[in-house]
Amino acid sequence: MAKKQYSFYPGCSSQSGASSSNYLTSTNSMVNLLDVTLNEIPDWNCCGASIGYAGGGELPRIALSARNLALSEQHNPGQEVVATCAACWLATREAKERLDHSATLLAETNEALKEAGLVFKNEAPPARHMVEVLIEDIGYETLKSGVKKPLEGIKFAGYVGCQTNRPFGIDGESFENPMYLDRMVESMGGEAITNYDQKVTCCGGALAFSEPEKSQKQIHDIIESAYDHGADMIVTPCPLCQANVEIYQGEVNKRYGKKFNIPVTYYSQLITVAYGGSSKDAGLDGQIIRATRLEDIANK
Amino acid sequence: MSIEKYTRSFLKEVEERVEEGHWVKMCMQCGVCAGSCPLGPHWEHTPQKIFMMIRAGKREEVLSSDSMWMCTSCYQCIVRCPRKLPITHIMHGLAYLAKREGLAPKNQPTAQFGQLFWDNLTKTGRVNELKLSLGMYFKDGFSQGIKNAMAMQSVGLGMMKAKRLSPMEIMGGHGVKDKSGFQAMLKKARELEDSRRKLA
Repeated sequence: MAKKQYSFYPGCSSQSGASSSNYLTSTNSMVNLLDVTLNEIPDWNCCGASIGYAGGGELPRIALSARNLALSEQHNPGQEVVATCAACWLATREAKERLDHSATLLAETNEALKEAGLVFKNEAPPARHMVEVLIEDIGYETLKSGVKKPLEGIKFAGYVGCQTNRPFGIDGESFENPMYLDRMVESMGGEAITNYDQKVTCCGGALAFSEPEKSQKQIHDIIESAYDHGADMIVTPCPLCQANVEIYQGEVNKRYGKKFNIPVTYYSQLITVAYGGSSKDAGLDGQIIRATRLEDIANK
Repeated sequence: MSIEKYTRSFLKEVEERVEEGHWVKMCMQCGVCAGSCPLGPHWEHTPQKIFMMIRAGKREEVLSSDSMWMCTSCYQCIVRCPRKLPITHIMHGLAYLAKREGLAPKNQPTAQFGQLFWDNLTKTGRVNELKLSLGMYFKDGFSQGIKNAMAMQSVGLGMMKAKRLSPMEIMGGHGVKDKSGFQAMLKKARELEDSRRKLA
């Protein structure tokens, strides 16, 4: 039996044919290599993300998260909910925080859940991000001890972004300059650019789609600074950061007259490769800008 | 209940009808939120100003402004606010109220995208990224949609090649199994909130 069991909330963008399907591929490989078991919450639904506020209001959005939490309580009792997506994690934590603080919201949420035959008992601790499992439950030293193929010679700009960092963040880390991603890179034998100054800059979030003229400057700055610091690639814990910073490079190049072409990877891909997984295990075939230096190590 | 009773006190209305609105009176006008926002230069009125405008009763100016729609949900303002106001949530709440009151600016792209996103996810319980993208491209009609889709063709093809966008999603795609329970839950949640917040 595996050492650690968690109730897993993968989120919409992780599904097959969706924008971060390679994040899930690499997460599944990573947890296998780390002897961690993720039990998917049966029939989970979308968290509403950030932009859901425009159509959803407060209570319907809380109900979305409460349904997932209720299903988790019912089917994966006693297990902590773990999310890989920053928005999923944030929405789930935020909903619980509101429900902890308001008896009115809790009563109304349960009235709504009754329509789906569910009840939220609020028994479990707050949802966690996969990064917390890695650095708190497993720890940097243990992570490091399992490395088979160190990511030697690759310089990583650790792009933490917003929602894995604010408003909840990772315990013991600062909002302005969190170091955990750099430490994870170093644990895998890679070179972390610890003074990368855009590590907590917003990628534009949903506005990368609705307001490209206004938000592409964000993406531009995030990439330019990575180049200025000599990065070979960017690594991030957030699926929307990954997508926005990778897929709009062509658009940013057109707008700003640049020739950006830098891979944007997930920490789970780094760990999978460093632990001896193949390119396919790491979902590297899902990169639009190929992470060839990582592929080379995986293929060694 | 008519809205008129609120016009004398927009602050009171915000406290009662806006998500986390009861925090507005705590703002001490330091401006850290305004200086921290990634899209700061694009706000007609910064959050700092909006808080003061609410207290000054400027209902129409606040709710019809496109300011709140500039929020990228980066939470920078929340973590830096010395008074710990949940500014991001208040901006979301104001934007939502503006929309429900019919005061949000017409064709505001983030307001439109936000509604498309919500309709998309509530239909099946999970987001269908293909339909969401197409919905946004085609929001201003067919010919503009074709132009938008063509302009973003290389992005879309790159995504498809990497298997991160599936043309099969047009057939329906992913979703929850208990769709009727899911939708009944959301309907009930909306009814309850509308009644408590007096949203028509």
